[in-house]
This record gives sequence, C-alpha cells and structure tokens, in this order.
Amino acid sequence: MVVTQKREEKHLVLTLEGRLDTTTAPQLEEVLKSSLGGVTHLTLDLAKLVYVSSAGLRVILGAQKQMSKLDGMVVKNVNETVMDVFEVTGFKEILTLE
Amino acid sequence: MKEIRLPAKTENLKKVIDFVSSELEIHSCPLRAKFQIELAVEEIFVNIANYAYRPEVGEATVRCSVEGEPLQVTVQFFDRGKEYNPLSREAPDTSLPLEDREIGGLGILLVKKNMDTIDYEYREGKNILTIKKKV
Repeated sequence: MVVTQKREEKHLVLTLEGRLDTTTAPQLEEVLKSSLGGVTHLTLDLAKLVYVSSAGLRVILGAQKQMSKLDGMVVKNVNETVMDVFEVTGFKEILTLE
Repeated sequence: MKEIRLPAKTENLKKVIDFVSSELEIHSCPLRAKFQIELAVEEIFVNIANYAYRPEVGEATVRCSVEGEPLQVTVQFFDRGKEYNPLSREAPDTSLPLEDREIGGLGILLVKKNMDTIDYEYREGKNILTIKKKV
C-alpha cells in the first residue's frame, strides 16, 4: 500500500493506494500517529484503495474516533468492493462518506 | 484439493492469499467474488496466526478447491492449536454509535457475510474450518 500525504494548514489529506490489510494497516497507523499533530480535519481519499479487511477498519475507526473530537474526518471516493465492507460492518453509518 | 502448509504467522498472510488467488484465477473467478473470498481467507488465517498457538507459533494448513458448474470454491483451514470455534462468538452490534464501537468480531462477521457456508469442527486435535462459496 502507498500512502500519500498532502497537508494544507490544519487539513490533512491521505490518499491510500493498494490494499489495506493485516500487513499494511500498521503502516497507516504509523502515518496517522506521526502526521496528525496540529491537524483538525482529515480526509481519506480511497479512490485507489482496492481492498480493506478488519485490520484496516480498526485503524480507520481509530482515526474517526480521534477526529470526531475535532473538526472531523471525511472518507471519499470509496469504490464498490470497499463500500461492501463498510456496509456489512455498519461503517457506512459512522463514517462521513463523500 | 491443493494444499499449502506453513507457520501460522501474519507475515505469511500474503503467501496464503496468493495461493488461494492463483487457484481462483486459474478458474476465472469473477473479481468481486475473488475479493470476497480473499477477505474471508485473510480474516480466518490472521485469527489462527494471532490466537491458535499463542504465545507459541505452530503450523496451519490451507486447502483450496475450485470446481463444478457453477463454480464452487471451498477453502479449508487446519491447525493444531487451542480448540476454538469462531462461530460461537457473539456477533458484534453494527448499529452502535461511534463512541461505543469496537473492532472485535468484525473479522468473523466479514467471513459470514461474504461466504455461503462456514463450518467448524474439532477432530483429532485439529480445528477445521471450512468455508464455501458459489461464484
């Protein structure tokens, strides 16, 4: 998985490309840990994310919980297969999807 | 049925996914179904890797067959770890508000939702989990 960061003042955009699974979820967790300082609004762009498992959901949930205390988190460009996972797990209701 | 046997460690997840994927590709499994099966395989294998032998590491065997018309995919997982039926676990409440959400149990939920059947048995000291899906 490739994570690309783009920061505009207090807004951070993370673009995820590839597979967010047991093997790669720690990588996203690490990026979040090191990059969220001073960030009040987070966008996850999943246009190029082709796969997500429960390990990835755990990290996304953690980010959502953390950002909900600030200005929030938006998840955008979710493809069909990833959306299936969000739907089955009820993540569709707790995430702000665009 | 083809088979792969390897230490049950999360580092080996890719090998297991590649093994199952290549069987699916040989039979031209549709992409969406392939994704759903890969997801189920990841959740089960990682569960074995994390819990079956903890704190030790043991072996897992994964068997895969793709046959019939329509295609029926069968994946079986064997381990000699602690007896554990993942189906006995209570389903997570996927309607809870954000602050009450926990991640436990979502893996097995994803297996149930993406496969047609899932069967567990404990036989001769082995946990045997069989998942099937028509594609």
